[in-house]
Amino acid sequence: MSDLVTQPVSPGRRARVTQEQAEVIATRRVGSYQHLTLVAPGVAELARPGQFVALAVGGESSSTLLRRSFSIHKVSPSGTYGGTVEIVVSAVGAGTRWIASRQAHDLIDVVGPLGRAFPLPTEPVACVLVGGGYGSAPLFWLAAELRARGCHVEMVLGAASEDKLFGVTLARRSSDGVTVTTDDGSAGQRGWVSDVLPEVITSSGAGVVYGCGPMGMLHSITEIASAHGAVAQVAVEESMACGIGICMTCVMPVVGNDGLTRMVRSCVEGPVFRGDRVRWDAFSGSGAHVPPDAVGAPRTGGH
Amino acid sequence: MVEMSTTLSGRRLANPLMTASGCAANGQELHRFFDVAGLGAFVTKSVMADPRSGRDTPRMAETPSGMLNSIGLQGPGIAAFVEHDLPWLASVGATVLPSIAGGSSTEFAHVAAALRASPAFGCVAGVEVNISCPNVANRGLVFACDPLASAKVVALVREQLPRDVPIFAKLSPDVTDITTIAAACVKAGADGLTMINTLLGMAIDTDRLRPQLGGVTGGLSGPGIRPVAVRAIWQVRQAMFEGRIPTVPIIGVGGVRTGNDALELVAAGASAVQVGTATFNDPSAPMRVLAELTELLETKGFASFADVVGIAHVR
Repeated sequence: MSDLVTQPVSPGRRARVTQEQAEVIATRRVGSYQHLTLVAPGVAELARPGQFVALAVGGESSSTLLRRSFSIHKVSPSGTYGGTVEIVVSAVGAGTRWIASRQAHDLIDVVGPLGRAFPLPTEPVACVLVGGGYGSAPLFWLAAELRARGCHVEMVLGAASEDKLFGVTLARRSSDGVTVTTDDGSAGQRGWVSDVLPEVITSSGAGVVYGCGPMGMLHSITEIASAHGAVAQVAVEESMACGIGICMTCVMPVVGNDGLTRMVRSCVEGPVFRGDRVRWDAFSGSGAHVPPDAVGAPRTGGH
Repeated sequence: MVEMSTTLSGRRLANPLMTASGCAANGQELHRFFDVAGLGAFVTKSVMADPRSGRDTPRMAETPSGMLNSIGLQGPGIAAFVEHDLPWLASVGATVLPSIAGGSSTEFAHVAAALRASPAFGCVAGVEVNISCPNVANRGLVFACDPLASAKVVALVREQLPRDVPIFAKLSPDVTDITTIAAACVKAGADGLTMINTLLGMAIDTDRLRPQLGGVTGGLSGPGIRPVAVRAIWQVRQAMFEGRIPTVPIIGVGGVRTGNDALELVAAGASAVQVGTATFNDPSAPMRVLAELTELLETKGFASFADVVGIAHVR
């Protein structure tokens, strides 16, 4: 199945990145989230589905130094205000609260596009796009690209409760079929996306399953896809200090083409990985352990 | 125009701005944002003898005006470094200050020897010796906390490198008297000093009520530690003025985010300045700080950068 999927972004293209002072031109509440539209023509021109942007928090003397990364929900390269980039923010800490509370005409320092995009199939195969919570944000744009290539697209959106779903209406416009699940049954089927995914893959004959959301969900998507002979392409949500590949904090254990496990940076080697390459066995609670068989696995420390 | 060149132990650099080790990877990532050849020197991530995976995650915790990191010296090992990273830096015309590390003094020496043997060694303007790593033979006590262990590493590395390639010992601020360590390093053959490395710190995840970092403790960096860097540079420079330590150049590092921050370190005694954690916030920070520092010196009426080094000691 591996030759079904190719990397769409050439190295030369991937190398291009910009830093822009982006003006907020729209902000609105969507369920538990804040949907921001930023004028960032450089990012909008270069970005592909699955890539992300890293936003600075506060001004140039802010005491919050580390950037916050968001997958790109949508780009409009030639909008009324110049190219725009849209993101969906879940305000869970001081940094994301600052970003979510920006008003129209405020400026935010944006670096992007960053990371590798979702690989697209070379054949018009059926695909299932699975989003957990606001992890669904990049999938609608991906769905449009897939359908433009003649792919049948199913979407599965899941969350703890209805207010934590993102884009159900948009999903109906963007795909050939939508299944919704919530843990509490407040919308769609009660349960997890993993409860409904096997049936969606089987009925659509999907060859690729794309996922974006929490690690536990991506793990189960990978297992279900593999069991059904489909390839899983998952976009991970790792905390990152820089987003551009220099801090080495967002690493996770991934198996390379040579069969060896390495701690790779999810910001530059990811955020999209083939699910069956991720060492899910190493994840626990808040982080990932270095597998004992990883290249250069621990001996002594040092920082 | 202010003359911005600086001379470190006989090596003239076009300007005093550098990346800080571990805050810039090995160049290719930042080269997307600015020409790394425009820096006085590019300081690479500390490289050890063998490939290292680094530590478990989470590896960082944000702190007020800074962060804690617990990376564990993840890196490709010296063989891959001299095969890929150093030649790439040479190919783009960068002036390089490789940072080397080891778990034993002999590992430091081995890494230095491999560096010297590299066909790309010509781009190396000096070598930074990261002695703030644990000494396997001494229960993991970091070399930089022990004058004898620091001196041994410096002496062995000095032997491996040509005389005209200066070596800079990178000191930890986590010591009772940094001038004692500085003196031991200079007497053992260090041609200069880099100050300061991170401070040891720790954060608790109050949801889980356990250490936030996978490695439990981590190195504190960012603007929050700048006063510690200014103090350390001041104390060592003062000891040089008083003749307690032979006079060698100091590379200042610690919490520099703006040209004004850099000026503080320079006025305290630094002949060059590295920008570290601020680069995570602003990828072009090292070059921005250079522009800001240049403009600041111009405004203040200085003819050359060299005139400002250590100036706070004589005012």
